[in-house]
Amino acid sequence: MPSAAPSASYLTSHSAILAFLLVVVGFVAVNLVLWKIIRPSRFSEEKLTTYECGENPTGSAWIQFNIRFYVFALLFIIFDVEAVFLLPWAVVFREIGPLAFLEGLVFIAILAIALAYVWRKGDLEWVRTEDRQV
Amino acid sequence: MNAEAAVFYVLAAITVGSAAVVVLARSLIYSAFALLFTFVGVAGLYLLLGADFLAATQLLIYVGGILVLLLFGVMLTHKLYDLDLRSEVTQFLPGVIVSIGLFAVLALTAWRTDWAGGDGRAPAATTREIGQLFMGRYLLPFEAASILLLVALMGAAMIVRRKRSA
Amino acid sequence: MSGLSDHWAGLSPVAQQFWIAVLKVAVIFNVLLGLFSFMTYAERRLLAFMQFRLGPNRTGPFGVLQPIADGIKLFFKEEVIPEGANRWVFVAAPAVAVVAAFLSIAVVPYGGPGLFQIADLEVGILYLFAISSLGVYAIVMAGWAANNKFTMLGGLRSAAQMFSYELALGLSWVGLIMLAGSFRIQDIVTAQKGGLGLLNWFCVVQFPAFIVYLIAATAEVNRTPFDLPEAETELVAGFHTEYSSMRFALLQMAEYVNMITVAAVGTSLFLGGWLSPLPLLPDSPLWFFVKFGLLLFFFIWLRGTLPRFRYDQLMHFGWKVLVPVATLWILVTAGLVTAGVPGFRR
Repeated sequence: MPSAAPSASYLTSHSAILAFLLVVVGFVAVNLVLWKIIRPSRFSEEKLTTYECGENPTGSAWIQFNIRFYVFALLFIIFDVEAVFLLPWAVVFREIGPLAFLEGLVFIAILAIALAYVWRKGDLEWVRTEDRQV
Repeated sequence: MNAEAAVFYVLAAITVGSAAVVVLARSLIYSAFALLFTFVGVAGLYLLLGADFLAATQLLIYVGGILVLLLFGVMLTHKLYDLDLRSEVTQFLPGVIVSIGLFAVLALTAWRTDWAGGDGRAPAATTREIGQLFMGRYLLPFEAASILLLVALMGAAMIVRRKRSA
Repeated sequence: MSGLSDHWAGLSPVAQQFWIAVLKVAVIFNVLLGLFSFMTYAERRLLAFMQFRLGPNRTGPFGVLQPIADGIKLFFKEEVIPEGANRWVFVAAPAVAVVAAFLSIAVVPYGGPGLFQIADLEVGILYLFAISSLGVYAIVMAGWAANNKFTMLGGLRSAAQMFSYELALGLSWVGLIMLAGSFRIQDIVTAQKGGLGLLNWFCVVQFPAFIVYLIAATAEVNRTPFDLPEAETELVAGFHTEYSSMRFALLQMAEYVNMITVAAVGTSLFLGGWLSPLPLLPDSPLWFFVKFGLLLFFFIWLRGTLPRFRYDQLMHFGWKVLVPVATLWILVTAGLVTAGVPGFRR
């Protein structure tokens, strides 16, 4: 349902957020500029080494890391989308009545199966037994 | 030019500019970071059109979810010694054909659509309307979405598991 | 003075609204800044008392000038960017963190409709949900850019922790939205109004959701017992190990503002915001600040009391306890509303 220009109150409230955003950005910018002006600068090679508890750093930190992080990010997206679907449902829940309850029940039940699946298959384990054996 | 138009042009510039960085940057990490601004710009455009629910969802899912996943993916699948991760121009011709085709489809759709000028009604509560449509007209897609999510989850879990054992 | 008021009356309604908005933004921003500096002091003092220490007590009476001294000190520190770092991302991350942190507080109402809120958005709750996901991004950037093993691990841990608990956080709100029938935070506050005073608040009616919120919010802002990203004993200082001077200050600011935000949001959504706890007393913004202060104290108290989780325990707890409980509670609420149980009918 496309419509004309959004209402005035819609625009005012969002422009208030825009104004707040500009104030925050301005504050950060002013601080950084002020800091740039008054900060001392005493260059030394030693200071620029990466901190590694006093040892000389070995190699780069940009290496492959545990795949579990990726798995949990995937899980998060799936359930995040679920939450986004649930929110409009929740808003109109009272108006619709029992039918909404039934629909929500089916929707959540299917996702409960998804959660049960990954749980059962061990994808929610941070340390999997097979990882340990490797 | 009124304020709304000015905001629109700024947002459009951010979106297109950062999208160009995404495509042209030599390092994949820069591309991924530039994508943040593209997504935020698009969310701003939605907001300007009165689609507040869509804008928030855009931020929530694309910036908070997909982009982090993308970053993790880039960091995970390659050894990033000295930013040695370069995107190269491969399959130039197929790329050009696909993008021209995509552009043609989009342009044609935009051209053919009968853009409703609207009746001046404010989009007071888009969320409520979306919810009512979910419970009525789009009931089946709503439930199908949960099955789609289930399948996506199982597929993702399967792939990750197979990779590890290999 | 009369000249000013005449001038004001002569302005168009749009211009008046604009200036009111500017004033609100300016006042709220400054209050937040003040609160941030006060919190850095209050946290150290309170923690010190809990641990039988004194805490900062030399600068000014009772050490209250400590935040100012800290601020000045940080301004006079030089810039250090480690040689292996990615300069652009390293520099951008703290700014992104601060902007994301401040933005989410814009929708919290301190009092009734009108003056006491920057913006009363139709999608208030969804906006909160969306902006809090921006914070994850800044931390990944900060952790990655420094090219340090500790920051990298801290950033990754933090990101995984934040989005895991963000899910529980979002799900804990669904029940409230059902009862209030709106995303607007002002509506959710007024939905808690009733003849029983504080028994009408959602922290009573939606008790399980409130508990889920408190836990998830603590994890979301990386505070003890969920301060794994900074786990001093193993990761030095986590994602901000390599940051110093002003950029460090910005990251600290982002953290404190995030804490202030989750306390303010919790106050509005679960503790009745600016509503009075007793039926006979008038509602007032003062109530908001009382409850808000209590929640802030609660977060500090937690830090002084609880030990830290282990990382696998943390992830298990988020996914195997909080998410299922929150989901189940959504169904229970839906069932109770459908059955028309008192308190869920309204």
